[in-house]
Amino acid sequence: MERHFDEELTALKNQILEMGAITERMVSDVLKALMERDGSILKSIEENENTVNRMQMEIDECCLKLIALHQPTANDLRLLMGVSKINAELERVGDHALNISKLVTAIIEHEQLKPFIDLPKMVEIARGMFKESLRAFVELDVDKATSILLRDDQVDELRNKIVDELIQFMCGDSSTVQVALRIILLANNLEKIADHATNIAEVVIFVAQGKDIRHHAEPLT
Amino acid sequence: MTHKIDIKNLNLYYDEFHALKSVNMVVGEKNIIALIGPSGCGKSTLLRTINRMNDLIEGVRITGEVFLDGNNIYDPGMDLYELRKRVGMVFQRPNPFAKSVSENVAFGLRVAQFKNKKKIAEIVERSLRAAGLWDELKDKLNRPALDLPLYQQQRLCIARLLAVEPEVILMDEPCSALDPIATMKIEEMMVELKRNYNIIIVTHNMQQAARVSDLCGYMLLGEMIEFNKTSEIFTNPRDKRTQDYITGRFG
Repeated sequence: MERHFDEELTALKNQILEMGAITERMVSDVLKALMERDGSILKSIEENENTVNRMQMEIDECCLKLIALHQPTANDLRLLMGVSKINAELERVGDHALNISKLVTAIIEHEQLKPFIDLPKMVEIARGMFKESLRAFVELDVDKATSILLRDDQVDELRNKIVDELIQFMCGDSSTVQVALRIILLANNLEKIADHATNIAEVVIFVAQGKDIRHHAEPLT
Repeated sequence: MTHKIDIKNLNLYYDEFHALKSVNMVVGEKNIIALIGPSGCGKSTLLRTINRMNDLIEGVRITGEVFLDGNNIYDPGMDLYELRKRVGMVFQRPNPFAKSVSENVAFGLRVAQFKNKKKIAEIVERSLRAAGLWDELKDKLNRPALDLPLYQQQRLCIARLLAVEPEVILMDEPCSALDPIATMKIEEMMVELKRNYNIIIVTHNMQQAARVSDLCGYMLLGEMIEFNKTSEIFTNPRDKRTQDYITGRFG
């Protein structure tokens, strides 16, 4: 039986997916700007970030209303909780994209220290994780969500490698500090984006199966 | 381990109609259990099997067992008067007698040939207090019970039960005739009573089941589809049929 409530849930789901698409584009743009050393790509980042902030408030308000007026239960309740949590994750991803955008602007003003090796790998994995976390949510695909969780360690390892290497650079040549430090900050922001993708994947598993696997509360199956 | 109530493979037929199908349910101590499900699913029938109220209906046939503290209440030697004293029932519409407030509460004691007036007065007060009515009615004990508003009548019926110290209270949609404030008062009283009694409630109000019960059973077409902690039933039901019903997709 189709319920009026389903229409409202679908509308809410579409809203969060639209917010996801905007943040995904922001992440993609800032990383493209970094890789191609092209600041012109960053023009719309700030405006997009404002849009994401506004959407976060609208989605929260919508969740609050649906909970108050429909007293949802079971999978409906889990979906609303999930949307509310993903809403917060996406807003943070927007913040990190904006941070990265500012760092990229500063980084590309200087000459490249050396060809990037680990950073493109990290970019690829983190961007992929984020993109797939949103797909996993659309399809409520637990397998896809689980595969995202398993990739988080790779991102952490690459970030550590990048930091170690740049510390070496800075120790050897103090003139590299300005750029190296910003790349470290950028890698940290990228690592946070991967963390948010992981959080979204955990939400997907909760919405789909009612299992809370955060902090290893329940084992991955 | 002996449970307060242990229903095993219970089947009930109204003539040819199979109304309860191999129902199993275990009730521990001091819980509120809610039975939910669409009209005609058998929840009230199941409730009435626990104090053998169905015995009064012509054409009823029952197989299986209902244990109360380890004793099958369908054993031929079961004393029905004693059973219904231990397992009291509250109905949809309050049904006080055309007597005073205090006489209603003391009714069960009088039937049991209880004569000590002081003791009766004590029990009347204690029962009215437990039902949350003492402060409201202590100055109106001689007033006709039928003059009370519905929600007070319903709580008076509960006080009447409490006077004979039952162990289990069965409630068949006790709030369906009451407004939201009166419903809230009954629910608050139920949570208080659960300290000392086992309560099984049949309700069509799913939010009520969610608010007051510890365990919840979803019934459909005479079957117990799912019986689990209420928090689980309302957040992560195991059976899709339960999910469809509690989310309003059923039908």
